[in-house]
Amino acid sequence: MSFSFLKFRKIPLAWLLLTRQPLRLAVAIAGISFAGILMFMQLGFRDGLFDTSVTIHKLLDADLVLISPRSKSSISMSGFPKRRLIQTLAVEDVEKTAPVNLNYLLWRNPENLKTRSILALGFNPSDSLLLDEGFAKKAYKLRNPSRVLFDKLSRPEFGPIEQWFLSEKKVETEVAGKRVIVEGLVELGPSFGADGNLITSRETFLRLFPANPPGSIEIGLVKLKKGSDPELISRILNNSLPNDVRVLTKKQFIEFEKNYWKNSTAIGFIFSLGALMGFVVGCVVVYQILYSDVTDHLPEYATLLAMGYRLKSLFFVVAREGFLLALFGYLPAYFSGQILYSVIRSSTKLPIIMDADKTILIFVLVLVMCMGSAAVAMRKLVDADPAEIF
Amino acid sequence: MVKENNSINNFKNLKTVSINNLSHFYGKNENKKQVLNQVNLNIDKGELVLLKGPSGCGKTTLLTLIGALRTCQKGDLTVLNNQLNGASRKTRQILRRSIGMIFQGHNLLRCLTAEQNVQMGADLIKGLTYLQRREIARNWLSAVGLEEHHKKLPNDLSGGQKQRVAIARALSANPKLLLADEPTSALDSVTGREIVTLLRKLAKEQNCSVLMVTHDPRISDMADRILNMEDGKIYGAHSELI
Repeated sequence: MSFSFLKFRKIPLAWLLLTRQPLRLAVAIAGISFAGILMFMQLGFRDGLFDTSVTIHKLLDADLVLISPRSKSSISMSGFPKRRLIQTLAVEDVEKTAPVNLNYLLWRNPENLKTRSILALGFNPSDSLLLDEGFAKKAYKLRNPSRVLFDKLSRPEFGPIEQWFLSEKKVETEVAGKRVIVEGLVELGPSFGADGNLITSRETFLRLFPANPPGSIEIGLVKLKKGSDPELISRILNNSLPNDVRVLTKKQFIEFEKNYWKNSTAIGFIFSLGALMGFVVGCVVVYQILYSDVTDHLPEYATLLAMGYRLKSLFFVVAREGFLLALFGYLPAYFSGQILYSVIRSSTKLPIIMDADKTILIFVLVLVMCMGSAAVAMRKLVDADPAEIF
Repeated sequence: MVKENNSINNFKNLKTVSINNLSHFYGKNENKKQVLNQVNLNIDKGELVLLKGPSGCGKTTLLTLIGALRTCQKGDLTVLNNQLNGASRKTRQILRRSIGMIFQGHNLLRCLTAEQNVQMGADLIKGLTYLQRREIARNWLSAVGLEEHHKKLPNDLSGGQKQRVAIARALSANPKLLLADEPTSALDSVTGREIVTLLRKLAKEQNCSVLMVTHDPRISDMADRILNMEDGKIYGAHSELI
């Protein structure tokens, strides 16, 4: 029995060429890793910041979301008639609905009395608003007027609310110039548009923001019966409801918010540019290393050509060097990225995570960076003239 | 391509090298300089031929033309039954696999051990497994007396040892023709003579023709034939020892 793979096994020339000068290899790996880390950080920050804009969107207990077609994002929501939400109940697959008011109100820091804009959500405490098992118990307390739940992940500028609340001190302050009592804490997290959040009943919300017409809501949550197809019901509702309302699946609602920040702000561009800079830096490093490697070994490559090796075989050697550099440069970048993401998550609460998309995308970018640089460095190989070595 | 391979494999009772009126030039227009002037030469199978001559007389150019490293410009040049005038790059590349080359500066790959350097030659033989090719490399290293140094890098070898590795590498691909450019120039007289003795022995065993460029008078007695070259012409090409 013959082992055919042994026929194709060759001396690992690319590996040996790379490792002949360990210091240069270490510099190359450090350079590529640096570029990889830069890309991980830039794309991580970009995605993390986009994810913060949809923290609340993800937590909403809904399959479909109704919004006004005039709404651009959570920072510029327009109202639509609440009865449109009731009309959705005509569709058999709709199980229940929940009207939600959303607007920015002024919160007074009870410690230093300074005011700051906070995102307020108003809903009926008997409805299910969030996908949080303990939330219904907290929401029950909102049945009393002027009671609010404060987001403990809000920025510290809103005051030591969590600390006071946990010390069982009565937390009382003003929202929109009216007195409110903090009855509980929730975990939502700040976003691009809001440094802090509060949740209250619709009744209290309308008292705090009397300009809001009682029959108008900013968001309508629709829960479907089990086994229903949200895409299909969304199409049916969009066709049957008047044009003053738009029906989105929860996924589309999340994308709607993200797209606003991606397309209407420079955030996406700035971080993508940062990642591109990392890519360019990496390309320059790898090219320098491979070019000097090819130049250093030119007489040896010429010897191989003189022996009867094809130029194509030598191209493969350089390509393999590029591939090895990509692999060895990427791994430290990946593990460093994991550590840095963890540090950033714990210190800034930014939801920056190493997901499969980022892992693959950056590996592909590092691979393109190394193989592209190898392809350019290969041009130098053409200078290897076997006739010149005699 | 098949035809070319067959022409090498069917090489029997033919001249290894046959040259008729070969001329070669460098430069263009007013800078054009003739380095080979109507050279005629035949080398038989298993023959060891020394090529002597002053610096710049065209020895190396002739060697590179026979080694299929340069394009033939004018005249007939047949190596291992392959006409090289007008031959394609591919033809020359395939032919080079049947020609062993030993360079003045050894040109060993610095990142490879002695054994790996020799195996780079054996790797050109088709149809063998990695282990078989490694075995060939070890056998050749043993034949040149370096079996104990097979794991050493070129930097850890002496000049003579490097040249032995270069010889082993050149012979490991079963060449029909060996071209050597001053292989003893950097060696002391004893080592130089040892190297040429070894080269002659191994070449005879392999029935391999050898064309060696040398200025070394100490090895003249070992050649079958000595050719003198001057101003791009060969003298004594068809005669016995001059």
